[in-house]
Amino acid sequence: MNAIYILWLRELKRYSRSRAMIVASLGQPLLYLLVLGFGLGPVFQKAGNGSYLQFVAPGVIGMSVLFTSVFSGIGLLWDRQFGFLKETLVAPVPRITVMIGKTLGGATVATIQGLLVLVICLIAGFRPVNWLTLPLALVFMIMTAIVFAGLGVAIGSKLQDIQGMQLIMNFVVLPIYFLSGALFPLTGLPTVLNFLTRIDPLSYGVDGLRSVLIGTSQFAPELSLAVLAGVALIFIALGGYSFSKIEI
Amino acid sequence: MIKVENLVKKFGEVTAVDTVSFDVAAGEIFAFLGPNGAGKTTTIKMLTTLLRPTSGSIEIDGLDPAKQSNEARKRFGIVFQDPSLDQELTAEENMDLHGVLYHVPRKERHERTEMLLNLFELWDRRKDYVKTFSGGMKRRLEIARGFLHTPRILFLDEPTLGLDPQSRNQLWTHVKNLNETEGVTVFLTTHYMDEAERVAERIAVIDHGKIIAQGSPDELKQQTETDSLEAAFLSLTGSTIRDEKAGAADQIREMAKMWRK
Repeated sequence: MNAIYILWLRELKRYSRSRAMIVASLGQPLLYLLVLGFGLGPVFQKAGNGSYLQFVAPGVIGMSVLFTSVFSGIGLLWDRQFGFLKETLVAPVPRITVMIGKTLGGATVATIQGLLVLVICLIAGFRPVNWLTLPLALVFMIMTAIVFAGLGVAIGSKLQDIQGMQLIMNFVVLPIYFLSGALFPLTGLPTVLNFLTRIDPLSYGVDGLRSVLIGTSQFAPELSLAVLAGVALIFIALGGYSFSKIEI
Repeated sequence: MIKVENLVKKFGEVTAVDTVSFDVAAGEIFAFLGPNGAGKTTTIKMLTTLLRPTSGSIEIDGLDPAKQSNEARKRFGIVFQDPSLDQELTAEENMDLHGVLYHVPRKERHERTEMLLNLFELWDRRKDYVKTFSGGMKRRLEIARGFLHTPRILFLDEPTLGLDPQSRNQLWTHVKNLNETEGVTVFLTTHYMDEAERVAERIAVIDHGKIIAQGSPDELKQQTETDSLEAAFLSLTGSTIRDEKAGAADQIREMAKMWRK
């Protein structure tokens, strides 16, 4: 328990100390929110779907949670690079506790990042339909963060060098983002796209956020939550397994 | 304290460690001496649960590191060839994190941290980030950290690589000192002859994964009929230069250098 706590705390300390990184990482969501939100707004409105800013805000929150959590998990690669990983691998604690500490730390950081983006959305003019359901949005952020921090650790345990990062970005993280319905509604899609969006865990995170923030959703929120919980378990098991197999 | 019998590690076709056997007594300082790529680090990794042996047996304080990993891990401290500190944390935070991972009770953790940081002359810098430390200071901190949980064995993998003579001298003085006061067994690898001769009570010369000679520095000189350990070493291992194949670890080392100031 103490081991999980101290490794969780380490992630938080590292996050809170990199102020420049925090500001930098808000740049991308801001672009999506403002440029797409206002740029595609008129088209979206004409199609009879209401305000695009309202629609895309939960997607942008989901995006920051996804990016932050996956990359905090992949941060394992930096631990490998700078050697700290070895310190945790020879420590007399089960490897799974190290992995869980790292995952929960990454998930916490990603949730904080999601909340920051939510605040930015509110400043940009986004209005949730019901302020009382905001705590539920937090639940969806946390679940999404755990899912992808687990995935990040699973990937990070396998990555040997920096070159792999680009590959993961282009073939894992970006597809997860674009296929999640963060940017477009999941209705009336071509069959293949429809299928892909439904096996993308982020779809359920973003959809869950939409249901509590703007009151429209594709899936029942309970279903989204159940899917996220299930996938989180799978990814943590996967991450735990590949972490336990690390040899250096 | 350490008992190794017919230890073998193969990576595919390559045999990195080839039927190695040796014993290290409690409280002893034992050195593994060998050229680059001889199998020193691979052996240390197997002793410290980071790699599984292909065959052979290892006993660390009576425990098998492959089966009773966690129990074995409590018994040793290790200083790796490459740094393993968290650069974004302070010296004190690094010590504290280690203490928690090794289940050292809070009170003892603080007392020992203070004692060790004082000993290694880092107490005044305890609140500073490790990234602001010089190479020598980082090494000292790593060794201090290795002693924090009062291990029975301390593994040092080329601990003085890249340090100036002053730092090397000071480092060995402290290690010898703690070896006497805390009775810790020290297993070190190095390719500096003078160091091995100065600190180690017994030396094993390893080359191409095999131990080719074992004994005290004087015995090694006698065996090879040479008058210095360096001459004994060269007569045992030949004078060909060993070029190691650069692997992922070396790339990472290079990359890490770019990031370290």
